[in-house]
Amino acid sequence: MEDISTFINKIEIEIDGLEVGTLKPSTNYRELPEWSSMHALVLIALSETEYSVPLSGDDLRKCGTIQELYNLISSRS
Amino acid sequence: MPSIIKCLSYTLPSNVYTNEDYYSNFPDVKSVNMEKIGVKQRHVITQGQTASDLAQLAAEKLFLEHSIDRNMIDFLIVSILEHDYYTPSTACVLHGKLGLQKKCGALDFDLGCSAYVYGLGLADGVMKSMGAKNVLLLTTSVLTKTFHPKDRNSHFVFGDAGTATLLTLSEKENLGPFVFGTDGSGFEKIIIRDGGTRNPLDKNSENELKDEFGNITSNANFAMDGIGVFNFSLKTVPTMIEELLTKASLTQNDIDLFVFHQPNKFLNETLRKKMNIPEPKFVHCLENTGNTVAGTIPIALYESIANGRLKPGMTVVLAGFGVGLSWAATIARF
Repeated sequence: MEDISTFINKIEIEIDGLEVGTLKPSTNYRELPEWSSMHALVLIALSETEYSVPLSGDDLRKCGTIQELYNLISSRS
Repeated sequence: MPSIIKCLSYTLPSNVYTNEDYYSNFPDVKSVNMEKIGVKQRHVITQGQTASDLAQLAAEKLFLEHSIDRNMIDFLIVSILEHDYYTPSTACVLHGKLGLQKKCGALDFDLGCSAYVYGLGLADGVMKSMGAKNVLLLTTSVLTKTFHPKDRNSHFVFGDAGTATLLTLSEKENLGPFVFGTDGSGFEKIIIRDGGTRNPLDKNSENELKDEFGNITSNANFAMDGIGVFNFSLKTVPTMIEELLTKASLTQNDIDLFVFHQPNKFLNETLRKKMNIPEPKFVHCLENTGNTVAGTIPIALYESIANGRLKPGMTVVLAGFGVGLSWAATIARF
């Protein structure tokens, strides 16, 4: 799997209205003011189409930060 | 005898609910978060109108638009969730209202997003097993009636519609094979919990329930686990299509058009990418109607014929998936 900065860049492209540079590895994505169910679906879709890794709702709830999400997807890809 | 989809029509309620109307009712929702869903407006049933009214209008439109003699219909199949009466079946009510002949069979079945393909399978079955020659398949959905006023997700995604499809005998096989599937362990993922015989309405039924994203519904209203349904679709649909193509001894390259149920554009785009289906072969059709449940596939077929994307001679994959959890797919040749 690619490095985390590329992963973050892909998320920022996919989430409409999110400015590039907003997300850091330490960002708790669920605490973003824009966080919604649509964003959860965007992360699931990205993981599925880019890395062929299914993500459940529980996976998203258990991961606190972008780094943790990256680590989870990396471990399954 | 083999069957073929002869012609289709559909009808929408006159009441249009635009995105401007939606954002005015839900001012806290940011439009940028909803654009991927791909809906700009939806039609919503008017007070006093029922699902069977929409089905009746769709059937009358079919008869008129395609110069169909209603006396030739020898079987009526109606996909409906919102029945006029506890009993009799809505198919019998509609049989009377449409003035169909008395030797015409009539039955209801109640599925949701997989219903159209199931209906085609039932129609094909009654033609082959009972000798029916002209089967009228109606779908109708007025799901918007079931939404909690504060349910910001459902009010954006769904619309109401009635559709009518005529299937007739043909010289060669133009429909099938079929694949069907069910995962009843997921029945709670799309549900209205109270108001049936398992959980009659009580004083707590209308209590507001908030999910982890802040969306509100109640046990008396429609509820959907969006992430669960999204993941169910990503897992189930590619496998279903693979099974269908194997059963038909075809490859993806043999298919001219893929017409899936239209839950939302984002989910279907994700499915398209995951399955490597080229964009020109994949139909998105919910911008002006929203997700009309059982109506999405026939509406997409009708519009694809009207705009020239679906031409005679084409081989088309149809796939429905959703509430149940239930799924079905087939191949139709036009």
